[in-house]
Amino acid sequence: MIGETLELLFSVPFWVAVLRIATPLILGTLGVLLCERAGVLNLGIEGIMVAGAFTGWLTVYQGGGLWAGVAVAAGTGAALGLLHGFLTVTLSLSQHVSGLGLTLFATSVASYAYRVSFPKVDSPPTIEPFADMAWLPLPVLNAQTPLTLLALALVPLIGYLLYRTPAGLAVRTVGENPAAAEGQGIDVAAVRIASVAAGSALMGVAGAFLTLAAFNAFYFNMVNGRGWVCVALVVFASWRPGKALLGALLFGVFDALQLRLQQSGGSLFGVDVAYQFYLMLPYVLSIAALVVMARRAAYPQALMKPYRKGER
Amino acid sequence: MHIERRAEVSRVAQLAAPFGAIAFTLLASSLLVAWAGAPVGQAYALLIEGGFGTLFAWSETLTRAIPLILTGLAATVAFKARLFNIGAEGQLYAGALAAVAVGGLHGGSGFALTPWLLFPLMMLAAALAGALLLLGPALLKSRLGVDEVVTTLLLNFIVLLFVSMMLDGVMKDPTAMGWPQSVVLQDGLQLERLIPRTRLHTGLLWALVLAVLLWALFKHTTTGFEIRAVGANARAAAFAGMPVGWVTVKVALLSGALAGLAGAIEVAGRAGYVTLDMSPGYGYTGIVIAMLAALHPLGVVAAAVFVAGILVGADSMSRAVNVPTYIADVIVSVSLLAMLVATMLAQYRLRWR
Repeated sequence: MIGETLELLFSVPFWVAVLRIATPLILGTLGVLLCERAGVLNLGIEGIMVAGAFTGWLTVYQGGGLWAGVAVAAGTGAALGLLHGFLTVTLSLSQHVSGLGLTLFATSVASYAYRVSFPKVDSPPTIEPFADMAWLPLPVLNAQTPLTLLALALVPLIGYLLYRTPAGLAVRTVGENPAAAEGQGIDVAAVRIASVAAGSALMGVAGAFLTLAAFNAFYFNMVNGRGWVCVALVVFASWRPGKALLGALLFGVFDALQLRLQQSGGSLFGVDVAYQFYLMLPYVLSIAALVVMARRAAYPQALMKPYRKGER
Repeated sequence: MHIERRAEVSRVAQLAAPFGAIAFTLLASSLLVAWAGAPVGQAYALLIEGGFGTLFAWSETLTRAIPLILTGLAATVAFKARLFNIGAEGQLYAGALAAVAVGGLHGGSGFALTPWLLFPLMMLAAALAGALLLLGPALLKSRLGVDEVVTTLLLNFIVLLFVSMMLDGVMKDPTAMGWPQSVVLQDGLQLERLIPRTRLHTGLLWALVLAVLLWALFKHTTTGFEIRAVGANARAAAFAGMPVGWVTVKVALLSGALAGLAGAIEVAGRAGYVTLDMSPGYGYTGIVIAMLAALHPLGVVAAAVFVAGILVGADSMSRAVNVPTYIADVIVSVSLLAMLVATMLAQYRLRWR
C-alpha cells in the first residue's frame, strides 16, 4: 500500500492528472484572491464558472476559435463580476447574499440557455477541445493544454501585479484600509469593482477550462462545488498567489490519489470502501484545510465591509 | 456613483418596493421566454394558471411550499443572527435519512413501538440530525473564526454523498429494483392527506405552526431578542453581557433542526422513503425565500407559497409551450436580486457624483 503510493507519486501519469485537476482551481482561486484582496467576497464563483463553461463552449460550438471561447468566457465572468460589484460596492448589499444570488442567477440562466439552444438531445453535443502541448519538451506539461500553462503563468504575474505595481498596492490598500486609500486619492469603489470584474473573468476562464480542455461538452452539474473549494483554498493560501498555487496542487494530489484508489477496486488497507467515500475526501479535505489554517488566517481587514465616503 | 441615505423613508416607497421588484423580474424573464419562441402573455397565463388557477394547482403549490417554508425558516433564524447557514440542503437530507433510520422498515421489521411513540422519536431524530450537522460549522465559527459559509456549503456535498452511500448500503430498499432509494417508513408514520385525492398533507400544518412559533420567539422572548441583538451588532451584544457564543450555538441548533424537520416531513408526507433527488435544491431556495420575506417568519410563509407557485406553474407551463423549466429558477433568482436592490433603493437614493 505505502510502496504503491510512493511509486504512484513518482509516476508521470499521476502528475499529469494532478495538474489537470488543479488547473481550474488555480484559475478560480486566483479569481477569488483578486476579489477578496480588494475587500469583496465573491460567492458568485460557482455560478460564474457554470456560465463561463457554457458561454465558452457555445462560442466554440458555433464555430468560434478555442481562444475566442476563452475570451467570451472571461467576458461573461467580467460582466457577472460587474453586476456583483454594482450590488455589493455601489449599493453595499450583503456580499454573502448577493454572491449566492449571483450563483443561482448565473447557473439558472446558463441552464436555461442550454436547454433553449438544445431542446432535445440524448447525448450532449461536443466540440474539438484544446489539444495537449505535445511539442513542449517538458515531461508533465507536454500532456497539458495551453490553459494550464496560462494558469501557471498567471500565478507570478498576479503576484507581481499585487506586490510590485501601484495598481496592486491600490487593490491591497482598498481591501485593508479603504479610508487610508481614499486619503491617497484612490477611488475605492472603482478599484473594488475593477478587481471583482477581473477576478470574475478568471473564474469564467476556470469554468471554460472544464468544457474546452478537461471535457468537450457542457453538463449541468459539471462545476460540482469546485467554486466553493476555491473559496476555501484562498483562506488556506492566506491570500497569496504562490500559496494558492500550492494549495490547488495539493488538492490535485489528494483528488488524483482518491481517483486512483477508487479505480483500483476501492479497498483501503484491505477494507472495502464505497466509492462515495472517496468522492467525499476532497470536500472533507477542504474543510480540514480551513480549520488548520483558521488561527493563522490573515483576512484582508476590510473584507465584507462596505465602504461609504465620509461614513465611519 | 454612490448611495446616500434618504432623509425620509416614505412608507409608500417601502410598500411599493416588492411590487417593483416582482414587475422587474417578470419583465426580465419575459425576454427569456420570448427568446425560447413562446408567446409571452400565454406563457405567463399558463404559469399562473398552473400554480394558482385551480384547486388542484393550489394543492400542488402548497405541497411544494411545505419544505420551502421550513428551509425558509431555517435560513431566517440563522441569517437573523448573522450565522450564514447555506447548508440547509445537507441538513434536510440528514433529517430525511435520520427519519428513515428511526421509522423505516429494516429487513422487513422496524422498531416495535406504537406509532404514537415512534412518530415523535422519528421527528426528534430528524431535528437532531439537522441540528448537529450545523453545530460543527457554528462552533468552528465561534471558536476558531472559520467562515461558516464555506464549511456549510462543502458539507452539503459530503452529506449528499453520504446519503448516496447509505442508499447503496445499509439503508437500501432491496425491493427497489436497483434504484437508489431507501427502505420505506413503517405504516402509521406517514402524514395524513389534508385534501383527499391530492398530495397535500398535514405537514403544511406543522410548517405553519412552526412559523408562528418562530415569530413568537422573535417577538416575545429573551432568546429572540438576543438573536436579533447578536445579528445587529455582535460586539455591542457581547458588551451588553449577552453570551454571544451560546446564542450562536442555540441559533445553529434551531436552524439545523428546522431544516432537518423539512427532510423528515417531506419523507413522511410524500414518498415515504429517501431518494437522491427528493430535494431539487429546497435548501438553497429557502435562503431566497428568507430574503424575499425580509427575514420575517410569517413573511416566509407568503414567500414560500409564491415561489412554490412559480415552480409548480413553470412545470406545467413548460410542458404546454415548450419553455425549459429552468425558467422557474431564473424567475426565483432574479426576484431575489431585484428584491435586494428594491429594498435598498427604498431607503437610499442613488447619486451620480
